[in-house]
Amino acid sequence: MKPAPFIRHVPRTLDEALATLAEVAGEDGRILAGGQSLVPIMAFRLAKPAHLVDINEVAGLDKLADDGKFLTIGARVRHAAFHEPVTANPLGRLLTYVARHIAHYPIRMRGTFCGSLAHADPSSEWCLTAATLDAVMVAKSVKGTREIRADGFFDGIMSTHLKEGELLAEVRLPLLPPDGKFGFYEFSRRAGDFAMSAALATYRLDGGKMTDVRVGLGGAEASPRRIPEAEAELNGKAPGDAAFRAAGEAASAAIEPLEDHQTDAEYRRDLVKVVVRRALEHSLI
Amino acid sequence: MTDKTAITLTINGKDHKISVEPRRTLADAIREDCGQTGTHIGCEHGVCGACTVIVDDAPVRSCLMFAVQAEGKTIRTVEGLADGDKLHPMQQAFMDNHGLQCGFCTPGFLMLAVGVLEREPDISDEALIDVLSSNLCRCTGYQNIIKSVRAAAREMRKA
Amino acid sequence: MSAHTKGSGGDGLKWVGRSIRRLEDPALVQGRGRFTADLPAAHWVRFVRSPNAAGKIRGITAPDGAVVITAADIAGVKKITPMLHKFNYKPVGQPILAEGEVRFVGEAVAAVVAATEEDAEDFADLVEIDIEDAPALVDGRAAIADGAPQLHAGVPGNVIVKGEFKTPGFDDVWTGAAKIIRCEARSNRQNATPMEARAAHAAYDSATGRITLHCTTQMPHLVRTAIADCLGIPESDLRVIAPDVGGGFGQKMSLCPEYVLIAWLARHLQSSVAWTEDRRENLIASFHSRDQYITLEGAFDANAKLLALRANVLANTGAYSCFPTSCGMEPLMAMAEMPGPYDVQQYECLARAVVTNTCTMGAYRGVSRPSITFTLERLMDKAAKAFAIDPLDIRRKNLITQFPYKSAIGLEYDEASYRETMETAVEAINVPAFRARQQLARDKGEYLGIGFATFSERTGYGSPAFAARGMAITPGWETVHISVDPSGFVEARIGSSPHGQGLRTTLAQIIAEEIGVPPQTIKVVHGDTDTAPYGWGTFASRSLVISGGATLIAARKVRAKLLKIAGHMLEAAETDIVLEDGKAKVAGTDREVTVAAMAREAYTQTHRFKGEIEPGLTESGTYDPPGTFSNACHVAIVRLDVETGHVKVERYLVAEDAGRIINPMIADGQVHGGVAQGIGNALLEEIIYDESGAILTANLADFMPPTAHEIPPIELHHMETPSTQSITRAKGLGEGGTIGPPAAIVNAINDALTPFNVEIDTIPATPQRIRALLRNATNSARPRAGGDPGATT
Ligand SMILES: Cc1cc2nc3c(=O)[nH]c(=O)nc-3n(C[C@H](O)[C@H](O)[C@H](O)COP(=O)(O)OP(=O)(O)OC[C@H]3O[C@@H](n4cnc5c(N)ncnc54)[C@H](O)[C@@H]3O)c2cc1C
Ligand code: FES
Ligand code: FES
Repeated sequence: MKPAPFIRHVPRTLDEALATLAEVAGEDGRILAGGQSLVPIMAFRLAKPAHLVDINEVAGLDKLADDGKFLTIGARVRHAAFHEPVTANPLGRLLTYVARHIAHYPIRMRGTFCGSLAHADPSSEWCLTAATLDAVMVAKSVKGTREIRADGFFDGIMSTHLKEGELLAEVRLPLLPPDGKFGFYEFSRRAGDFAMSAALATYRLDGGKMTDVRVGLGGAEASPRRIPEAEAELNGKAPGDAAFRAAGEAASAAIEPLEDHQTDAEYRRDLVKVVVRRALEHSLI
Repeated sequence: MTDKTAITLTINGKDHKISVEPRRTLADAIREDCGQTGTHIGCEHGVCGACTVIVDDAPVRSCLMFAVQAEGKTIRTVEGLADGDKLHPMQQAFMDNHGLQCGFCTPGFLMLAVGVLEREPDISDEALIDVLSSNLCRCTGYQNIIKSVRAAAREMRKA
Repeated sequence: MSAHTKGSGGDGLKWVGRSIRRLEDPALVQGRGRFTADLPAAHWVRFVRSPNAAGKIRGITAPDGAVVITAADIAGVKKITPMLHKFNYKPVGQPILAEGEVRFVGEAVAAVVAATEEDAEDFADLVEIDIEDAPALVDGRAAIADGAPQLHAGVPGNVIVKGEFKTPGFDDVWTGAAKIIRCEARSNRQNATPMEARAAHAAYDSATGRITLHCTTQMPHLVRTAIADCLGIPESDLRVIAPDVGGGFGQKMSLCPEYVLIAWLARHLQSSVAWTEDRRENLIASFHSRDQYITLEGAFDANAKLLALRANVLANTGAYSCFPTSCGMEPLMAMAEMPGPYDVQQYECLARAVVTNTCTMGAYRGVSRPSITFTLERLMDKAAKAFAIDPLDIRRKNLITQFPYKSAIGLEYDEASYRETMETAVEAINVPAFRARQQLARDKGEYLGIGFATFSERTGYGSPAFAARGMAITPGWETVHISVDPSGFVEARIGSSPHGQGLRTTLAQIIAEEIGVPPQTIKVVHGDTDTAPYGWGTFASRSLVISGGATLIAARKVRAKLLKIAGHMLEAAETDIVLEDGKAKVAGTDREVTVAAMAREAYTQTHRFKGEIEPGLTESGTYDPPGTFSNACHVAIVRLDVETGHVKVERYLVAEDAGRIINPMIADGQVHGGVAQGIGNALLEEIIYDESGAILTANLADFMPPTAHEIPPIELHHMETPSTQSITRAKGLGEGGTIGPPAAIVNAINDALTPFNVEIDTIPATPQRIRALLRNATNSARPRAGGDPGATT
């Protein structure tokens, strides 16, 4: 389980990185960020990139800033950066809560937020977060900058609409309203494992009724996404068991379940029902 | 084979001038090129934690970093924990509390626990279990590892 | 009950029974352990493994410039062919590299040799193996179905071993029984997963032509014997060293074909050659374990007294038979020990092993006992339900209480404490309080369960136990040499090969007790066939009993000799002399002499003994015990999340009796580790093949050993019934921890499932399996509070 050989490039600036990427992308060149997904895949030789563009030294990609509208997360920002809230906006607490569920402490010291999105594991917590909140992905290449909305970013299991030669330079997460509520729940068999299903919900209360509801689901389908059927069961209703259950049922019925050896379609639907409801219950705590 | 790169790895304060292919993992370089075989390899895909070392104050999986990425960084391994003849409180606690059996996972657990406690000395007992769930041990059932780390945490806070 | 902290029962012992720190630890905590993979080598090997489960090899194409070894290159090397002389055993040979055909995914087909591991893997990627794919036989039951393809020419119907037993009078008792209870249990396939995977390193000495093979093994001498046989060389040309070994759990007690090839290559290349297994190889191609179907039926009288047991054991043994035990190990142990701790004198058993296109089975901590205990304890709970009595009461009616006890199949059980450990556990866990809590929880739609497992664990198997299985090799006895050198330094060389069990410490304690020197100054040496006496290694909870016994015998001889020498030197009667603090002292006087001085005398001043004492100070002991039974009761309390099927073990309690405990701290550690593995076996760990014979669980994210998070605090209670069948009075306890959890946990899950009228008899009891049962349960996921037939304990 030793990686196949590759040539490593260590750009120091973004322009240099993009230029190198443009050069090598066609010859199976890849970006190396935290390496916490790419290196295992290379160890199993499921990937044998000929070039790695290591972005760990690129200046400026460590941006992590709240501009009052968006939280911008640069390509070098690691999971561990969220161990404590990075903004006073409720989004800060949301990210801290979610981050705890990603892998294990030493992996969070290296893995990056943007790397997770680019890797697009269906169970990734950050992918779920981006999908639920309609994040904006900022892709850069020598040809320029593209902004991609989350619902147009993921393209099935471990696949995105990033183009050859594009670097996901930053992700912009919309801040929550100051009175925004969130709830998250994931199910896995062992601590730190990828979720077998996970749900994230956000909403506001308006006169005791839920409004601006977002319900996102991860680990259930090929890509994480918002589930409008579940959101419809919640918008305009009072938070509580009845509405939460209905949302869970709706999500469970709405999905095209992923199947694997530990999760058949029926079981996945069972889990979805539960994680959606429990994420909503978590929002009340 | 690809061309080798000459690099210097600074492990436990000592410089090792080595020449490695870019694909050489930090774990392999520490063990094979620098001869520090206290760091172990149990899976090479990030799950077991046997390879955990501290790089620039962060406990990391050395099987998931390339050696070339660690150039210029401060690397600490199990061999550097003791201060001469004086064991680190974490090592002492593992001996006092039978925190090891075959000892294969032990260097990884020591570096994980030391790395986290140096960053978060006041971490709660409960959060410690989460941290310790990062690594696998097949011998101890974790009971005495948890006991050892809690005991060492108390010692380290005193120091 | 003794709290087992100081000495055993106030018999004035100084070192035995104390939790002294381990002598193994200082090196290991400083990264100074020496493991096989730590050695540098001139050549590295990568095995090219079969991607197919079955089929003829049409061709192997090597890339330019690569050194690729195939079966054709090693034609003179013999196959690994273990032998049983009983039970319809059909010998099959395992080629070192696949010959003509492949029989499982992961079978080594070729070996690539290169200067580095990376290069070897690059070349291995380019080796093309052309296999004419044939249908795969994966499941044990499929192997005996009509028309199943035959895996080996000499094994018709794929049944490689078949044991049958029936007591006279069985049928009459069976037909006269009040109730017959049946359990169909499934133990799925697992992998022992030591944290150090396999590794071998062989070096050639051009001066002597000898090979030194370092490898991670539990039995270095047997590796030497077996490899010398395969290569057709004298054993003296091969030195095998088991350095520090990173866990074994049985996986490292069988001969690996890879090790044979590494030794062959070192001779062939006249150089050093190494192979370090990666985790994927370990999961697909080392040794697997468990994988049994057991149907167990019990005939009970109207009072729920067990009268007769009928067992049908089908063990899927994979493609080949492991050496030295052979694949008879699992089914034949199941046959011998199925009745466990219960008094039942009528017994019928059919126990078979079948070959399939899957990885070969080896031992894994507990061998068969986790599966049979699981089945038997499920049967007992089902019977309790059928008789509407408390699961504990049915055990009270049936546990053996009179010793020695002879089982239906003829095993002698020595004095044990089945009832007492169970009652200890029952009291400690506080069953009534739990039942109250369980009811309150149910009222809220939360499901708790409690489960018990009582079992006996045969340990310290001597040669007769293996001979009873007809094994061509009966790894029963052990020898220990103890020497005191002229400077007074005590060294014990042992044939056992510990790898985490702390034997260097516990044997030093036994010696210290006899000869009065502190254990910290005693060195226990093992693992090197050049220095250690021939021995069988460390497995089957044998080392402390057998090596410990041999150590005691040798130490007593050293003691006797020291007393004689002291008598001479101090001019005192031997009976007046005590050995303590590294000295011989004449009681009640200030006359004394150090062990060092006595040792010096024994070597350098022997003329003074006037021929009454032999020169030198080296003694040996050999021990071959009949075997002794440890016992325990395990209790699990689980919380079942009925919506996800997830099981959390909330409390785990063990009341065990392993006779005299030499070092309580080490004993506790053995139980902890065993229980954690057992919890993994019960809930998480499963090797899964698809129909084509490909493994779906070839990494540690899919094959899931538990983390610290999944293991609750483990509470231990000890009793010490000194063994009459072991001279140290100790019984083995290496495996007991692993035997109980599948039974206790699955019983607890079923207790939690009571309101739903569904039962699970499969391990691991995964959330998917549990949800599938619940989805089809007659009751909904939230039964009305109070409306369920709660258990009665
Ligand atoms: C044992 C273990 C458990 C884990 N558990 C979880 C878990 O529970 N949840 C979870 O979400 N993750 C988990 N991970 C994965 C981890 O979170 C990774 O860090 C993450 O998936 C990828 O981030 P990275 O920075 O490490 O990316 P890398 O591994 O460096 O790269 C991953 C992929 O993304 C590409 N890429 C990276 N950055 C960019 C970029 N800026 N622009 C374009 N392409 C890019 C790379 O080329 C590569 O193809 C686990 C990993 C391990 C080893
Ligand atoms: S070897 Fe690095 S995590 Fe297992
Ligand atoms: S002590 Fe053996 S794996 Fe942890």
